[in-house]
Amino acid sequence: MIFIVLVLVGIAIWQMTKIFELTQLKTESAQIANDTDNKNNGYMLFAFLIFIYGITIFSFWKYAKFLLPEAASEHGADYDYLMLVSFVIIFFVQTVTQALLHYFGYKYRGEKGKKALFYADNDRLEFIWTIIPVIVLAGLILWGLYTWTNIMDVNDEDDPLIVELYAQQFNWTARYGGTDNVLGAANVRMIDIDRANVLGLDEADTYAADDVIVKELHLPVGRKVNFKMRSQDVLHSAYMPHFRAQMNCVPGMTTEFSFTPIKTTAEMRQDADVVDKVNRTNAIRAERAANGEDNSDPWEFDYILLCNKICGKSHYNMQMKIIVETQEEYDAWMASQQTFGQMMAGNEPEEAPADSVAVIDED
Amino acid sequence: MSVTAHANVDDHAHDDHHHHHKETFVTKYIFSQDHKMIAKQYLITGLIMGFIGIAMSLLFRMQLAWPGESFPIFEAVLGKWAPDGVMDADIYLALVTIHGTIMVFFVLTAGLSGTFSNLLIPLQIGARDMASGFLNMLSYWMFFMSSVIMVLSLFVEAGPAAAGWTIYPPLSALPMAQPGSGMGMTLWLVSMAIFIASSLLGSLNYIVTVINLRTKGMSMTRLPLTIWAFFVTAIIGVISFPVLLSAALLLIMDRSFGTSFFLSDIFIQGEVLHYQGGSPVLYEHLFWFLGHPEVYIVLLPALGITSEVMSTNARKPIFGYRAMVASIIAIAFLSTIVWGHHMFISGMNPFLGSVFTFTTLLIAIPSAVKAFNYITTLWKGNLQLNPAMLFSIGLVSTFITGGLTGIILGDSTLDINVHDTYFVVAHFHLVMGISALYGLFAGVYHWFPKMFEGKMMNKNLGYVHFWVTAVCAYGVFFPMHFVGMAGVPRRYYENTAFPMFDELTDVQILMTVFALIAGLAQLVFVYNFISSIFYGKKGPQNPWKSNTLEWTTPQKHMHGNWPGAIPEVHRWAYDYSKVDENGEYIIPGQDFVPQTVPLQKDEEELNH
Repeated sequence: MIFIVLVLVGIAIWQMTKIFELTQLKTESAQIANDTDNKNNGYMLFAFLIFIYGITIFSFWKYAKFLLPEAASEHGADYDYLMLVSFVIIFFVQTVTQALLHYFGYKYRGEKGKKALFYADNDRLEFIWTIIPVIVLAGLILWGLYTWTNIMDVNDEDDPLIVELYAQQFNWTARYGGTDNVLGAANVRMIDIDRANVLGLDEADTYAADDVIVKELHLPVGRKVNFKMRSQDVLHSAYMPHFRAQMNCVPGMTTEFSFTPIKTTAEMRQDADVVDKVNRTNAIRAERAANGEDNSDPWEFDYILLCNKICGKSHYNMQMKIIVETQEEYDAWMASQQTFGQMMAGNEPEEAPADSVAVIDED
Repeated sequence: MSVTAHANVDDHAHDDHHHHHKETFVTKYIFSQDHKMIAKQYLITGLIMGFIGIAMSLLFRMQLAWPGESFPIFEAVLGKWAPDGVMDADIYLALVTIHGTIMVFFVLTAGLSGTFSNLLIPLQIGARDMASGFLNMLSYWMFFMSSVIMVLSLFVEAGPAAAGWTIYPPLSALPMAQPGSGMGMTLWLVSMAIFIASSLLGSLNYIVTVINLRTKGMSMTRLPLTIWAFFVTAIIGVISFPVLLSAALLLIMDRSFGTSFFLSDIFIQGEVLHYQGGSPVLYEHLFWFLGHPEVYIVLLPALGITSEVMSTNARKPIFGYRAMVASIIAIAFLSTIVWGHHMFISGMNPFLGSVFTFTTLLIAIPSAVKAFNYITTLWKGNLQLNPAMLFSIGLVSTFITGGLTGIILGDSTLDINVHDTYFVVAHFHLVMGISALYGLFAGVYHWFPKMFEGKMMNKNLGYVHFWVTAVCAYGVFFPMHFVGMAGVPRRYYENTAFPMFDELTDVQILMTVFALIAGLAQLVFVYNFISSIFYGKKGPQNPWKSNTLEWTTPQKHMHGNWPGAIPEVHRWAYDYSKVDENGEYIIPGQDFVPQTVPLQKDEEELNH
C-alpha cells in the first residue's frame, strides 16, 4: 500500500516537473525566474497561505479532542489558563504574520519593468515592533514566573503526604512515610536484593520501619503530596501529565515536586472528555480484537506515571498506575499494605518470598 | 593559479573527487587550501551526511507509524537489528540519536556554516582567500575524519551510541545501561572531539579573516548580512564549543578512567558501582552551554543567507540593516545565557529556572524584529521568485511558526507538562531543523553558479523540490504539536504500552506519510544537484543581478579570486532599486548598484 502511494507521489512529482517545463517553452531557457515563474509561484505562495490555515483548522478539528483532559491537580488550572492565554497570543501572531508574509509574496511578485520601492529604514516602525513584543513578553514572563514560583515551592505547610518515587530501569516504585509520614534514610549502597530491600533502606533507621513500599501509587484526593524522586541507575523523569507535573529523577540526588490532586480516578472517569476518549479508544480496541491483534482488551481510564527521560531499551514501557481516591478508600488500602519492618521480619528466616516487591508491574 | 598540492595522493576513495572535470591533479581537489574548493568539500560531505541522517529519520518514522510491523527495508538496512524485519528497540534509540547528532552537527553546523562561511567570507569581503589556507584545509579534514568515525560507529558490534543526541550520563556512561554505551559511545565521543577541534579551527579562521582581510572601503557597516551572521556565529562557536569539549573529556574520563564527574550512587545490574559525588546535572549544564548556542550556530548563518537572498530577489534593500545586525548580536549574546531552559525540571534550583525563563523570553524580541524586517523587505518589492527566494520565504514562515511555540517552552511553568514530549520535537524541528535546512537550500540554489563555475541548477526541479518540501514540512510537524500536547513522550520506541495514546496512531501515520514524501522530494534535489554539476548550463556572470563582490569574480575559479587588483568597495551591499530625485535608477536601465560602483554625482549614501 505504502509502496503504491510512494510510486504515485513519484509520478505526481514527475508530472509536475513536466507541467512546469511546458509552461516554460515559449520563454527563455535560462534558469532564472521569469515573469511566468513569478506569477505561478506568487499564486502558489497565496495557495500555501491557505494550506497553512487549512492544516491548522484541520488539526484542531481532528486532533484537538486528543489533548489532555482538564487538569486534575490544584495548580493545574493555573497552568491550563496560562497555556490558553499564551496560545491565543501565539495564534493571533501566527495568523497575522503568515498572512503578511505570503500575501506580500503573492502581491509583489515580480514583473519585468516594475520598480521596487527603495525602503531601507523606518525607525518608528521598528520601534513599534520592538516595543510590542517587549510589553507582551514582559507580561508573560511576570505571570509565568509568579506561577512557577508557586508551583515549585515545595514546603511542609498543610501537612503534605510524603511519597518517594523511585526509578530504575525500567519500572517505578513508590514509598510512603508510613504512620509517622517520614521517609527512612536510604542509599543504593544498602540495597540487598537477597533480602528484598530493593530501595536500599537503612534497616537501622527507626523512621524506615513503618515505610510502605508499593508498585501502584495511591493518593488521597484533596491532600497535598510532596514527592521526593530518586533514581538508582540512569536519569529518568517522573511525568504525570494529567496533573501537569514532571520532575527528573537523578542518581545521586533527591529531587522534589509537589501537587494536590483534586479529582479522584472515579470522578475523572465520569468527565465528559474522558468518557469520549475511552469510547473512541475502545472502539479502536474492539476493531483490533476483531482482527485478532494485540493490545485489544477494553481500556478503563487511569491516571498514569510515565518515564519521560530516555533511559534505555524499555524506556517506552516504564510506567506506574496512579489511583486518586477518597481518604477512606486510601486509608483502607494503606491498612492492607505491609510495612518495610514487617517485610524484613518476614524475610528473616528464609529467602525473599515470591510476592516480593521486585515483581515488575506490567500494567 | 594552482593551489599548493601535496605530493602524497590520498588513496582511500574520497567522496567528492569524482564530480570534477578532467583536471589531472587529483590532489588539487583533495588537499586543497583554496576556500572555494574547501567550501565544496564541506557541502558535499555535509550533503552525504544529510542523506544518511534523513534516511534514518524515515526508518524510525515508519516504526512510529506502524509499530512492530515487519518491513523488508528494515531487514535490508538494519540487518541483525531488525530480525524478521521488525525494528529492535535498541536500534530505534540509536537511529534517533545518530539522526540528531548528524543533522545538528554534521549537516547544519559543518554543512551549512562550513560551506557558506568558506565560500562567501573571502568572496564577499574582497579577500584573496582565508587568513590561513592551511588551517582551513586542516579544519575540513578533521571534519571529514570525524564524519568517517561517526559513520564507522554505526557498524560496531553492540551498535552505535543510543543515549539521545544529548548523551546524558549515566545512560551514556555505563555500557551496562544500554548496548550503545559501549564502543559506539566511545567512537561518538572521539568523533565529536575531533569535530569540535575542526569547528574551532574554522571559526578562528573566519573571525580573523573578517576582521583583517576586508578590502578597501569595506567597513563593518558595509558588510553584507551574510558575513555578519557568519562572523557572529564563529564567535559564539569559539565561546561555546570548548565547553562541550570539556564535557566530552570528563565523560570520557568517567567512562574509561573511573572518575566520578557525572556519576554518583549507582546500582545497576545487581551491583553497586564505586562512583560517588558526581552530578549528571553538571553534565547537563556543560552540554547545554554549547547546546543552546549551537541552535543559533545552526540558525544564524541560515538567517544571514536569507537576508542576502531575499534582498537580492526582492530587488529591495534589506529593511532595517542596522536593526538586523543588532538583532544578530543580541541573539548571539543572549544565546549564551539561556541554556538552563533545557533544564527547568532537571532538579536544578527553581530560582535558576526563573532567571533562565527571563533571558529566554528576551531572545524572542530580536527574533521578532528579524521576522518583521523580513516581511517588510518583501513589501512593495519586485519579487523574483527563484527557488532560493522561495526557500528564504519558507524559512521565515517556519521560523515564525516554530519560534512562536518557543514562548511556551521557554516559560518554565508551561514547560513542565510539555518538556520532552513531541511538542518539543515539533518546535525545534520547525524553528531550527527545517528553517536551517531551508537556509542551506537557499544558499545552494543561489550560489551554485559561484561554486560550479557559472553552471546553474534547474529551476523547475527547484520549484518542485521547494513546494513538495514546504507542504510536507508542515504536514509532518504541525500535527506533531498535538501529539505532544496529548502527552506523548519523545524517544518512545512505540506508544502501544499506553491505551491513552491509541487514538494518536492515525496522526503518526499521517506524519510518516508526509515524511516519506518529503524524503522523496530530496531525491529531486540530489538529482538536480548532481546533474547540474555535470550538465548544468552556464548562466551569466551575475545571474541574480546582485550587488555583492562575489559576482565580480570570473566564473572560472582561480586562486586569489580576482585576476587583477582586489576591487574597492564604495557602498553597502543593498542598493537595489535606488533612485535619484527624478525617480530614475542610479545607473540608468539597471535596478542594482554593485558595491564596486563609486557614489554618483549628487548621490546620497543612504545605507542605514
